[in-house]
Amino acid sequence: MIRVVLPQHLRTLAHVSGEVTLEVEGVVTQRSLLNALEARYPMLQGTIRDHVTQQRRPFLRFFACEEDLSHELPDTPLPSSVASGTEPLLIVGAIAGG
Amino acid sequence: MSTVRVLVGTRKGAFILTSDGKREKWDVSGPHFTGWEMYHLKASPADPNRIYASQSSGWFGQMIQRSNDGGKTWEAVGNKFVYDGVPGTHQWYDGTPHPWEFKRVWHLEPSLTDPDTVYAGIEDAAIFRTTDGGQTWHELPGLRKHGSGPHWQPGAGGMCLHTIILDPSNPDRIFIAISAAGAFRTDDGGVTWKPINKGLHSQYIPEPTAEVGHCVHHIAMNPSRPGVLFMQKHWDVMRSNDAGESWQEVSGNLPTDFGFVIDVHAHEPETIYVVPIKSDSEHFVHDAKLRVFRSRTGGNEWEPLTKGLPQSNCYVNVLRDAMAVDLMESCGVYFGTTGGQVYASSDAGDSWSAIVRDLPAVLSVEAQTLP
Repeated sequence: MIRVVLPQHLRTLAHVSGEVTLEVEGVVTQRSLLNALEARYPMLQGTIRDHVTQQRRPFLRFFACEEDLSHELPDTPLPSSVASGTEPLLIVGAIAGG
Repeated sequence: MSTVRVLVGTRKGAFILTSDGKREKWDVSGPHFTGWEMYHLKASPADPNRIYASQSSGWFGQMIQRSNDGGKTWEAVGNKFVYDGVPGTHQWYDGTPHPWEFKRVWHLEPSLTDPDTVYAGIEDAAIFRTTDGGQTWHELPGLRKHGSGPHWQPGAGGMCLHTIILDPSNPDRIFIAISAAGAFRTDDGGVTWKPINKGLHSQYIPEPTAEVGHCVHHIAMNPSRPGVLFMQKHWDVMRSNDAGESWQEVSGNLPTDFGFVIDVHAHEPETIYVVPIKSDSEHFVHDAKLRVFRSRTGGNEWEPLTKGLPQSNCYVNVLRDAMAVDLMESCGVYFGTTGGQVYASSDAGDSWSAIVRDLPAVLSVEAQTLP
């Protein structure tokens, strides 16, 4: 099981609390993980990555294992500890705004 | 007895204010969608418990929410707004070409007859329509592609399509307005559009009487006279007696004719309301007094309405979609401020009281009259 921690507003939107756990087919990458997340919670489509370009929204970051993975390519495998469910992928909103 | 429901969008959530027909005591529900910018909420005239809401955020983008029970519960529906074909470019602030990019939905206008059909006015300016209750949205591309689109420029608040008015006497006629392109009309259900800006004079553009480029802030219409339109332009209050073919200035004795909102009395089509704002560089009320100005003559002759409104040390703004009227026999008028107050008048503006005083900055106000 893959573990994902969503920012509070997206947890509210998806009607979940705490971590989300997902089954991901094949190699666990940003793309495959987000595909699985959006398939299970369709209301999250467009909120993490753009509908058309599939680019990460600018004010969001992907962290895991104390590393910033935001600039990794979408098909780069995520760390093995994320793929094994030992560590969660953190989807984090930028600290900005009022 | 009838009920009045007021839908309030703010910078940090939505609120639903409900009262009986006396409109003295109000129930305040909310915040809904806490922390999100709620640009607009509007109910279907064909099914008053069907409400659509535009929810957006700089972090997470655009959501559209739909309620089937008058705002008690909500479900997220489609949020994919993709321009038709190759989007092309409009002008950026510095005059250079800039690609059309979806940013947010400013205004939702449900069909007068079908609860599943809704028009959306978006930034960067375009009009979209859903016919399946918000699940999917499709652009009416004739507006952006009618010819002047590459010359449109954003106003300071973005290049937003903020006003959509459906003509109750002609289902093929729609009026829209864009900052800062101007007003447009379709007479064929949105396939083709024409600018309707003749008579507007804007000194802040190179050609003050140009066909497009005017910063129209809002337009209002009384459904009983769909050919008569009232406009609050950046500066100038205008009226048209011929469905926008021509406009005449009716600013008259207003202390300043800059402003954002304009609305029309529900039963008296020559009674109109504006809230003058000091200037384009000082976006707060004139003279530190919150005054609604009412004209009973369709413009030119205005009276200040002050009873119950702060008359000193007031520095709020009233944004373009933040005024509405109800349909009660004694017409109710409502408006929200950037200071978070929502004021109501149950006597057509003669006196006012605050329903709530400390909401986040108010972006939009709509009123429903329920049986």
